[in-house]
Amino acid sequence: MTSLAPGNSDTETRDVVSTAAVAHAGHDHGGEHADARLFGLATFLVADGMTFAGFFAAYLTFRAVNPLPPGSNYELELVLPAINTMLLLVSSYTFHRAGRGLLRGDGPACRLWLLLTAALGAAFLAGQMVEYFHLPFGLTDNLFASTFYALTGFHGLHVTLGVICILIVWWQCRSGGRVAASTPFGLEAAELYWHFVDGIWVILFGILYLL
Amino acid sequence: MIVLAAVAIPTALVTLLIGMALVLTGLWVGENVSLLPQDASSNAPVYDSLFQVLFSIGTILFVGIVGLLVFSLIRFRRRPGESLDGAAIEGNLPLEILWTAIPAVVVLFVGIYSYDIYERMGGMASLNHHDLGPQSELAHRHGGHGDAMVMASISASDSGGDTTPAGPSSDPGSRPRVWGGIGVPDQAVEAEAVSVDLTAMQFAFIFHYPDTNIISGELHVPAGRTVELHMEARDVIHAFWVPQFRLKQDVIPGQPTVLSFTATRPGSYPIVCAELCGPYHGGMRSTVVVHEPDAYEAWLRQNTPTASPTVANSGTTPTA
Amino acid sequence: MTLASPTDFQPQGEPPASSPGGLQPDGWLRYLSFSLDHKVIGLQYLVCGFFFYFLGGALAGVIRTELASPISDFVSRETYNEVLTLHGTVMIFLWIVPVVNGAFGNYLIPFYVGARDMAFPRLNAVAFWLIPPAGLLLITSYFVQGGAAQSGWTAYPPLSITTPALGQVLWILSVLLLGGSSIFGGINFIATILKLRRPGLKMMQLPMYCWAMLGTSILVVLSTPVLAGTLILLSFDIIAHTGFFNPALGGNVVVYQHLFWFYSHPAVYIMVLPAFGLVSEILPIHARKPLFGYTTMVYSIMGIVVLGLVVWAHHMFTSGTPPWMRLFFTIATSFIAVPTGIKFFNWLATLWGGKIALNSAMLFACAFIVNFVFGGITGVALAQVPFDIHVHDTYFVVAHFHYIVYGGTVFVIFSSVYHWYPKFTGRMLNEHLGRFHFLLTFIGFNLCFAPQHWLGLNGMPRRVAEYDPSFATWNQVSSVGALLMAISSLPFLINILVSAYRGEIAGDNPWRALTPEWLTTSPPPVENWIGEAPLVTHPYGYGSAQDQIDLGAATGRDLWGGPGL
Ligand code: HEA
Ligand code: HEA
Ligand code: CUA
Ligand SMILES: [Cu+2]
Repeated sequence: MTSLAPGNSDTETRDVVSTAAVAHAGHDHGGEHADARLFGLATFLVADGMTFAGFFAAYLTFRAVNPLPPGSNYELELVLPAINTMLLLVSSYTFHRAGRGLLRGDGPACRLWLLLTAALGAAFLAGQMVEYFHLPFGLTDNLFASTFYALTGFHGLHVTLGVICILIVWWQCRSGGRVAASTPFGLEAAELYWHFVDGIWVILFGILYLL
Repeated sequence: MIVLAAVAIPTALVTLLIGMALVLTGLWVGENVSLLPQDASSNAPVYDSLFQVLFSIGTILFVGIVGLLVFSLIRFRRRPGESLDGAAIEGNLPLEILWTAIPAVVVLFVGIYSYDIYERMGGMASLNHHDLGPQSELAHRHGGHGDAMVMASISASDSGGDTTPAGPSSDPGSRPRVWGGIGVPDQAVEAEAVSVDLTAMQFAFIFHYPDTNIISGELHVPAGRTVELHMEARDVIHAFWVPQFRLKQDVIPGQPTVLSFTATRPGSYPIVCAELCGPYHGGMRSTVVVHEPDAYEAWLRQNTPTASPTVANSGTTPTA
Repeated sequence: MTLASPTDFQPQGEPPASSPGGLQPDGWLRYLSFSLDHKVIGLQYLVCGFFFYFLGGALAGVIRTELASPISDFVSRETYNEVLTLHGTVMIFLWIVPVVNGAFGNYLIPFYVGARDMAFPRLNAVAFWLIPPAGLLLITSYFVQGGAAQSGWTAYPPLSITTPALGQVLWILSVLLLGGSSIFGGINFIATILKLRRPGLKMMQLPMYCWAMLGTSILVVLSTPVLAGTLILLSFDIIAHTGFFNPALGGNVVVYQHLFWFYSHPAVYIMVLPAFGLVSEILPIHARKPLFGYTTMVYSIMGIVVLGLVVWAHHMFTSGTPPWMRLFFTIATSFIAVPTGIKFFNWLATLWGGKIALNSAMLFACAFIVNFVFGGITGVALAQVPFDIHVHDTYFVVAHFHYIVYGGTVFVIFSSVYHWYPKFTGRMLNEHLGRFHFLLTFIGFNLCFAPQHWLGLNGMPRRVAEYDPSFATWNQVSSVGALLMAISSLPFLINILVSAYRGEIAGDNPWRALTPEWLTTSPPPVENWIGEAPLVTHPYGYGSAQDQIDLGAATGRDLWGGPGL
């Protein structure tokens, strides 16, 4: 249980001390705790994904069963969202580059890629805002409008959180910071989360804009 | 069963006898213990035979398992001073297979049997006008009368706009989708079915007879004739339940629903709202009065509003 | 009685629990703090859960008092609906789920996998400390303007949209917090069981409770978020006047029902799978036999998990679901009886030929079998569409699920308290009081809920404050049963409180058990074992294991403790 994060509280420190003895007895107990954290995050993302799945299922059922009032339809402007999709996809790539930079020990490159990723995320959010202000319908206009805002809003919340996480990791990646080549957990976690948010967007884009 | 595996023939014989006694008890209980209220619809006897089967199976399983348990607790209890362990048996594959197979067979049987019952109660027929499946014959059957249309317009005017849901493939202006209760009548019977509109609201059931324009707080039906209830809810979900008919159907706002049944036994039975609909949910009750056919006609005559515009519509409805 | 002194909970010779340089309080104060110790958190869950059990029980008392007469006379109709909503919510989200998962899970799982704590101790503490505020929120909702939620624990729209908004919104917030707590707990259990196992310990050597918790946690992680999302949409409908579930605005109420039951059906297995696991621990020890059919038990748990995810619409047979859907859900639901049956037959086989100690733990566990089989059989009957159409939303359903949640899970919780109390405190509970408690509970329980089957079949709907006078007699019998149940908690409470100070000293392993939590001191030291964690590869090795370990003489410390080993 050699926790990689500094600033342990008493109990965790005790964990480290006492299990060290076990680890010395010939088993590599130490690596497991770091794995468990990423594993735990992945489990959480499964849960989070189920929230989205519930929303998607609701949306698809509404769409199949409940007709819209006359004068409204499912058509949406496609250009801006398509650009937004590209932004997110590229940002997944830049995050990947940041991770490789960190593992290479190239701190400055890593931080640059991270900033770029955050900027792409922020651009996505800005694009989303622009779209919101130009949509012909408001939150309570009809069932589709409500579902549209609920889905994109919930996803936007995830992106916002992701951008904040990236900035935190960016700060922690400074030399001597909490995240380094030997302790990459913070960055790996943020990256996993970011890819997840991207993946959700792709599905969302598919069923909300293209379908 | 473990007895079988463990010891010799006499035990096997005892087990067999106990098993037979158990089955007989179960059958007897199912046959003779009646927990249900009087039956008053054509549905009810069918339902009761399912109940009997379930009750018998349940009794056999429950009495068997509890018997085995109590026997073990007494026979294998630890006596004072004993400190030894039991035999170290960790499992037995044939036994596991046996008690996987038996419940599977029982459950399969129950499932198929109740499917059959359901079919006989008319539950498997789709009432959806726009069903995607090969239900065109049915759709035709139900397209025969315009009541769904009438209800649709009621609901549309109620909730101020196009709230009536339509089928998946509907274009604007097509017929509204009707959600099915159970109990679709035979085509032959349907021609002379009594059609009644039901509006459920907090906290009352209102019945409307479209042929005679009677509006009533009680449901009056003739015995022996199929009744088609066209149900709509005004505000929240209610449910129409007549325990003696063994019938229940939720009435959901925005979902016109059809429920049909044939009452068999003249008398008065409670109509109960069975879905929490607010503080007075418990008081939301009414009565269904099942008349002999001529008494029903008399009731109709007595209650038809004099200014009734819809007189000569139907051959079966006597004109005043 | 003397005042509680922290040393009462520490056996002599045990090093004081204070950690080197720790900021955590010692002694009983630990139980009121943000402790990271899984055992402290487990007991926090347990005590907090019992508090809410008595609250929910008092609410049930109000229900049964109202229903003792056919007219609405004891409380107003609105209050009745608030009370029954609070009763259902408290009992499910604040009592059963936190206790069978949180309390016993946190206490036992680290022992069973040979770890010194859960995978994420801090997340674990957060998960617990979400519960008291959520409970408080729920209680305060009763006192706000308009009162608490009145739409039942299912909160079906459009009713939940039209009843007083503040109470309903507080209810949603509370359930969201509790759902979050449950998800955090579930993630922790999965990670602990899969990733923190002691080196050398294989999955198929874990005690059955680990498997039960693994299955439960999978259900928690997959289904609870759907409830959260649904409730968020519902709160939009209430606050922002969107129309997701509001037919007047073009919404669809049946979608809510699907999403709600997608969580709430698995939730019933979240309430009962851990109980299955606990029973699997208790029976072999007191019957002195190995758990019968370990492998099939594991498969049946996983079978229940998979099937449990695809049967939810059996709560909606009268909601106008399409026929094919009813058929599918009937068959799928019925088939849950198969894996569940395997478990019951295996337990019966475990008892068969054992040396059964008829103590309180065993009696409660066996009564669980009786009650659950009964409730399960009525469940399979309910799964048949034509049968359900008559009894849906009646007292038959109320009887079905109280047989399972109370007769099943609550009986198991009592059994577990009798079984693990010596481990928690180092002292035994009084057997005579325990058996008396059992007798009262068993009689009261059956008196209370058995007549409700008849009531439902004969026409009494649920969630009503007034009913047809012809049902009065059996309702009164039921109310008397409820009173007996309330009285039965007295001997239990007295036993728990007095035994903490006066109880017979238990020793480390009073049941001569082989599962790892008994192979240490009672109560256990902060890091569970002094020295290395034991490797228990045969947690149910009773019978044959006797010549290898002299259970009569050994205490956990002799066997595994001591730095020399
Ligand atoms: C812990 C909780 C719990 C558990 C484990 C169960 C278990 C089961 N439940 Fe229950 N149920 C509830 C809690 C629970 N239920 C609650 C709270 C409600 C009401 C919700 C509300 O509306 O408020 C409800 C409602 C409910 C309904 C809806 C009723 C209605 O509203 O109309 C149905 C219908 O199918 C159902 C079925 C089942 C079945 C088939 C099982 C099965 O899992 C049971 C399987 C077990 C056995 C069958 C016994 C052991 C098996 C054998 C000994 C083998 C041999 C047996 C046979 C061959 C039959 N339950
Ligand atoms: C999950 C667990 C659970 C448990 C353990 C219980 C326990 C009990 N329940 Fe509950 N019940 C539900 C879950 C549970 N219930 C749910 C989910 C509903 C559905 C709600 C809905 O429809 O939305 C419900 C609904 C429900 C109803 C139907 C209400 C209605 O539809 O109108 C009734 C009626 O009898 C009832 C009774 C009881 C009783 C008598 C107990 C007893 O077992 C309780 C016994 C315990 C005690 C009594 C505790 C002792 C308390 C003290 C010592 C303190 C002082 C006591 C008094 C002042 C009396 N319950
Ligand atoms: Cu209408 Cu209950
Ligand atoms: Cu269910």
